[in-house]
Amino acid sequence: MNDVTRAEVCAVACADSWADAGTVLASPIGIVPTVGARLAKLTTAPELLLTDGEAQLLADVPPMGSGADGATVEGWMPYRKVLDMLAGGQRRVMMGATQIDRHGNQNISRIGTWDAPKVQLIGVRGAPGNTINHTTNYWIPQHGPRVFVESVDVVSGVGHDRARRVGARYHDVSVVVTDLAVLDFAGPEATMRLRSVHPGVTVEQVQENTGFPLAIDTVEQTRLPTSEELDLIRSTVDPKDLRSQEVAQ
Amino acid sequence: MQDRSTTVDGVVSRLRDGMTIGIGGWGSRRKPMALVRAILRSELRDLTLVSYGGPDVGLLAAAGKLRKVVYGFVSLDSVPLDPHFRAARQRGELDVAEYDEGMVLAGLRAAAARLPFLPTRAGLGSDVMALNPGLTTVTSPYADGEELVAMPALELDVALVHMNRADRAGNGQYLGPDPYFDDLFCAAAAEAYVSCEQLVSTEELLHTGPLPSLLLDRTHTTGVVETPNGAHFTSCVPDHERDEPFQRQYAASGKSAEAWQEFRERFLSGDESDYQQAVDAFHAGATERQEARVR
Repeated sequence: MNDVTRAEVCAVACADSWADAGTVLASPIGIVPTVGARLAKLTTAPELLLTDGEAQLLADVPPMGSGADGATVEGWMPYRKVLDMLAGGQRRVMMGATQIDRHGNQNISRIGTWDAPKVQLIGVRGAPGNTINHTTNYWIPQHGPRVFVESVDVVSGVGHDRARRVGARYHDVSVVVTDLAVLDFAGPEATMRLRSVHPGVTVEQVQENTGFPLAIDTVEQTRLPTSEELDLIRSTVDPKDLRSQEVAQ
Repeated sequence: MQDRSTTVDGVVSRLRDGMTIGIGGWGSRRKPMALVRAILRSELRDLTLVSYGGPDVGLLAAAGKLRKVVYGFVSLDSVPLDPHFRAARQRGELDVAEYDEGMVLAGLRAAAARLPFLPTRAGLGSDVMALNPGLTTVTSPYADGEELVAMPALELDVALVHMNRADRAGNGQYLGPDPYFDDLFCAAAAEAYVSCEQLVSTEELLHTGPLPSLLLDRTHTTGVVETPNGAHFTSCVPDHERDEPFQRQYAASGKSAEAWQEFRERFLSGDESDYQQAVDAFHAGATERQEARVR
């Protein structure tokens, strides 16, 4: 399996983050997390609820980029139901981050000062609500020191330190999957720890691309896709290879 | 039943400087753009806008109509960021209240129910609390004693929404997959104005969609306007998809003062029918260029 791509390793790492999700709405943001959620539904997490990206729930797994074409619709999930159900906890997301710190505080709102930001981004969007209400994981397609920072400019998604401070009983930020590695929060006082590096990536390379010291104990190599998973990714979930647009080989 | 039909300028004549206006839709989807364009033509200023933001925010910001924006996000969906909102923010000229999108929903629900606030978990631990200094928490009076955010009611002077169909009494029907929050925007407002792709008789409303598609009843509708293609360039399915080439043109108009000036002169210098003709000409030009390349 020498021809396994980095994007496929990432997709499987994302899929693993859904394995114990149960019967919840899967909300993957980005291509690779979407491949991951769909792969998980076909393998370890058959009870996941998938959407067409709009308001339809799909009972089966259509190829990426085809919308709901050919899929069986099993439900209606307009935005207001999403907002209500996320407060009820029946959802798991994998979001992006413009910045993230060692505690898992995430920023998608702006860079710079509040009054006149250097860069105005999309806004906090659903990040505060997601992180305070249900399991939230992150996907970073370009692992670099501008993303992994000492301190984020706006805390949009809530990290472990702040969650502890406000007694957030449903806070659950577990993993950060990047194009280089898988990180979790098993470091001292729930700080970011390097769990595994992808094939061909070194621990040093990950640390150099991270703007704060990572907790590092036993670092494994991120597992490779099984031949069944590889076949599902290539022939069923993402036959157009959209994943390579997000993570180049 | 009362005939509530009016015109886009009839709606704008009801608006005043400094009002708080809620705009329905979501991102670059089913926005009442003909009404937004009518505001652009008006002398109105100092508006506070409450929106799940799309090009409504960008256009009104670029035209200097806004004092403040209340939002969870501003995005064009297929183009992640609105360039004009971004530029106005980066120039430091726009006051904002940025909330979690579920907090905006709680605020609208509170206003619709005439409650001062609704409790929510969203916002706890995040910088939303620090960024909105008036925002405070409330402690559950029950045994759990949990501390929650008290999201204040987002009371609106006026709501503007766009539907696929409506009748003259102000009953509104959406035919796409998502109602967004349009009924809540209307219920949270003192006055609500509905634009629609097509005004039909009350008897015809159920010819095009099932009973649950009748999202708005006339209790909240102050006025209703027929504006064919009035959500352009945002989507209004099934009547039309988002106009992606035009949206790209809009996004590019944020690149410089000259580009914005050119866009404004070409598309926004006349009335709504001039706008629609300019859009047709834009597409005809694109088709000619394409055909010329093929030849």
